[in-house]
Amino acid sequence: MSDATGHVTSLLAPDARTKARNAAERRFRMIGLSAVGLGLLALLVLLSSVLGNGLSAFQQTSVALTIPLDEKKLDKSGKRDPAAMAKVTTVGYGKLIQEALQDMLDQAGVDTGGLKPKELMGLLSKEAAADLRERVLADPALVGTTQTFEAMANGRVDGYFKGRVTLESAKRDANISPEQLELAQRMADAGLIVTSFNWKFLTNPDASELRPESAGLGVAILGSAYMMVIVLVLSLPIGVAASIYLEELAPKNRWTDLIEINIANLAAVPSIVFGILALALFINFLGLPQSAPVVGGLVLTLMTLPTIIIATRASLKSVPQGVRDAALGVGASKMQAIFHHVLPLAMPGILTGTILGLARALGESAPLLLIGMVAFVKDYPAAPPEGFFDPASALPVQVYSWTQRADPAFAERASGAIIVLMLFLLTMNAVAIILRRRFERRW
Amino acid sequence: MTVGLLSLLLLVLAALGFVVGRQKAIASVKGDTRNLHSLPAYYGMGVALFTAVPAFALMLVWLLVQPVLIEAQVTGMILPEDIADGSSRDLVMSDVRRIASGMDVLAERGLPEAEFAKLVTDTTALKTRLADAGVALAADINPHVAEAAAVYRAEVATGRAWLAVAALALAVAGFLLAAMRVTPEFRARNVVEQFIRVLLVAASSVAVLTTVGIILSLVFESWHFFRLYPAKDFFLSLTWAPKFGGGSSLGIWPLLWGTLYVSAIALLVAVPVGLMAAIYLSEYAGPRLRSVAKPALEILAGIPSIVYGLFALMTVGPFLRDWLARPMGIGDSSSSVMTAGVVMGIMLIPYVSSLSDDIINAVPQALRDGSYGLGATQSETVKQVVFPAALPGIVGAILMAASRAIGETMIVVLGAGAAAKLSLNPFEAMTTVTVKIVSQLTGDTEFASPETLVAFALGLTLFVFTLGLNVLALYIVRKYREQYE
Repeated sequence: MSDATGHVTSLLAPDARTKARNAAERRFRMIGLSAVGLGLLALLVLLSSVLGNGLSAFQQTSVALTIPLDEKKLDKSGKRDPAAMAKVTTVGYGKLIQEALQDMLDQAGVDTGGLKPKELMGLLSKEAAADLRERVLADPALVGTTQTFEAMANGRVDGYFKGRVTLESAKRDANISPEQLELAQRMADAGLIVTSFNWKFLTNPDASELRPESAGLGVAILGSAYMMVIVLVLSLPIGVAASIYLEELAPKNRWTDLIEINIANLAAVPSIVFGILALALFINFLGLPQSAPVVGGLVLTLMTLPTIIIATRASLKSVPQGVRDAALGVGASKMQAIFHHVLPLAMPGILTGTILGLARALGESAPLLLIGMVAFVKDYPAAPPEGFFDPASALPVQVYSWTQRADPAFAERASGAIIVLMLFLLTMNAVAIILRRRFERRW
Repeated sequence: MTVGLLSLLLLVLAALGFVVGRQKAIASVKGDTRNLHSLPAYYGMGVALFTAVPAFALMLVWLLVQPVLIEAQVTGMILPEDIADGSSRDLVMSDVRRIASGMDVLAERGLPEAEFAKLVTDTTALKTRLADAGVALAADINPHVAEAAAVYRAEVATGRAWLAVAALALAVAGFLLAAMRVTPEFRARNVVEQFIRVLLVAASSVAVLTTVGIILSLVFESWHFFRLYPAKDFFLSLTWAPKFGGGSSLGIWPLLWGTLYVSAIALLVAVPVGLMAAIYLSEYAGPRLRSVAKPALEILAGIPSIVYGLFALMTVGPFLRDWLARPMGIGDSSSSVMTAGVVMGIMLIPYVSSLSDDIINAVPQALRDGSYGLGATQSETVKQVVFPAALPGIVGAILMAASRAIGETMIVVLGAGAAAKLSLNPFEAMTTVTVKIVSQLTGDTEFASPETLVAFALGLTLFVFTLGLNVLALYIVRKYREQYE
């Protein structure tokens, strides 16, 4: 590239054209680097946003009350007959809690600031009375004794200690007043309100709009687990069988071509279309129940199959031909060569692919919306196999339904649920990686 | 007999078959298994397979067909005058099913069967009884409907009983037939292997059946929809205003526009970033950066879309509203086309970059070496040699990304909004095809109305779109690959 003008250029000093080319090179590199950086930044912002919004869901403020469970109020007959005791409603238990709360405040010398008893009760979750009642009915022997009872604080009070609710916002809030929050602050200063790890978030069922503090993931985790069991039990054998046929046995003809094209296309069908299929086929045509894990499991199986088939085929393909030849050489039949030698060698790869497929199925939500898993489910499904037909929720769908609620406390819960979901996914992926590292053979 | 119990019984029978077949084979050669054609376990397996598989297949088919037949019969019992105004045959049938299931609950609680005959004639008593059993019915029960429910319940019970009889008979017949065939000369291994082969073929056809199921359910229900609502209005109308109760206009264009707008923004974000990241990672990055950045991008790919949806709803949406839309005075809503598009773009970055990475790596090294030999810099080589060579593959990757963007649901449900609009302002809330499928099909809706059925027509449109894009992409990628092989 000599200069047409002919003036002298030094080898050591780059000419303008070289400078421009080098600058273009640097620019291109910077653009590339910033693209990578942008991707990583997006990941960072995403994770920190989820963690920042959700970590507080694992903390719960509560009040430890000492409640004398008065026999006269809870079981007039004194016979401990559960049917008779069930007649005492949550109102009766609410009164006990209220008295205990009042006593505690008096003893600790906390100034109630002239709040009425009803407003005092507003500091506690509306779920507290029901919780206490359930506990007593489950164990009637508690009546007549004095028990300590951890009553959850109301969602607004909880939000106050987490910085979500302020004295300012309470002025405009019909559910809480600044005076109540000031009292809560005094109680916390006296050590009466404590913050602890929120196990109930992982075990409680969903709760209604007014009680965000007691909403938990119990039913959702159970529903997701049921669906994963169904997906695993159905998709692993079917996927492996299909892959064995396609990879090892199938003749090259139109039918196998059709199957191959189908699998490639199924992997790209939008998940919502699978939801439509489930609605039309499983629910409308076959009459399976709505919101049931069995329907969710079936549709997720259909969605997971292509993933498992693709992984299994890759892993069967990586087993060297020599293994098959050697087996055939000592008199094994083709089936024996496959089932006794090729399949065991391919197993780690198959399991890795299956776990990754399950992880994707666990995070899938769109098809589950259509089969009615957004419904409000407060009862735990029964043990399998009947439980497969009971209404349940699923982790990602629970996140969705919490985002549709008005109270901002549910937004915190939704982020918390995402953290739980991501922890499950992380565990599954880690297991898959460990499996691959430990058992994968390089031929 | 419940299906679970029946399955258990069949499995026990099959296990028994294995033991019997194996024992019989060994006994037939007086313990000297060298005289058998196959290993003894194969004789056992043969009996077990012939016992269990046909019976299970029958059970499956029966469970699929029985509800359809019974439904058809019971529907015939409901006269036109039994269907109240504003109701439909489907709704009456769902009442029938609920009454029948309530009766089942009552029977479980120990109500004698004779009582049911009385209850059917005394519908008010039936209603209170059912309410006890947890089945609350809005209106009074029509005697015809009660009768139909009783018939329905009886039919289901007889169907179940016959299923048990037929499946067990088939299992026993298979058992005996297979067990009788056990002789030293019987080629048990060949038969078993042939049987397993059939099972493998059946498993591999599940994929085809799924596709057929998808197409049939979409086409069938869309056809229902187009009988109630003119296809011309659906495809050509520019307004989307569903009204439950009739008189809605269901034009697809506002939804299609929202979908394409969101997807276009997503691709504008994902394609440059993903492509440049792939180029940098495969052409420039050192092993240290690559070992960090590649898995990190893969994490981004493994995050479920609901997480992105929540990210759009809680972080990106408010951020864009407060920092861009409001200061510029062009929008006041946190859910907008921009929000959904940007977040979807982030979701697609790893997808685009991993696809383009494969394609860039597939460009032969000789092309690069030739370019370097002529004195080109690295970026000139990438821009003028590698990129053109990889272009068809990259176009294929972009089409695949577009197909995913169009079919994505959770991000747009949480980030794009619900108002069907034809607008150019990206900071306005718009809606997409997938959002409307979700909103028309969730909640308690009557299944026969066009407002619900439209979701199937939307689904069909979506399916055709994404399938077309994928087929095109696969075609381009395949064609391109052939060049270097």
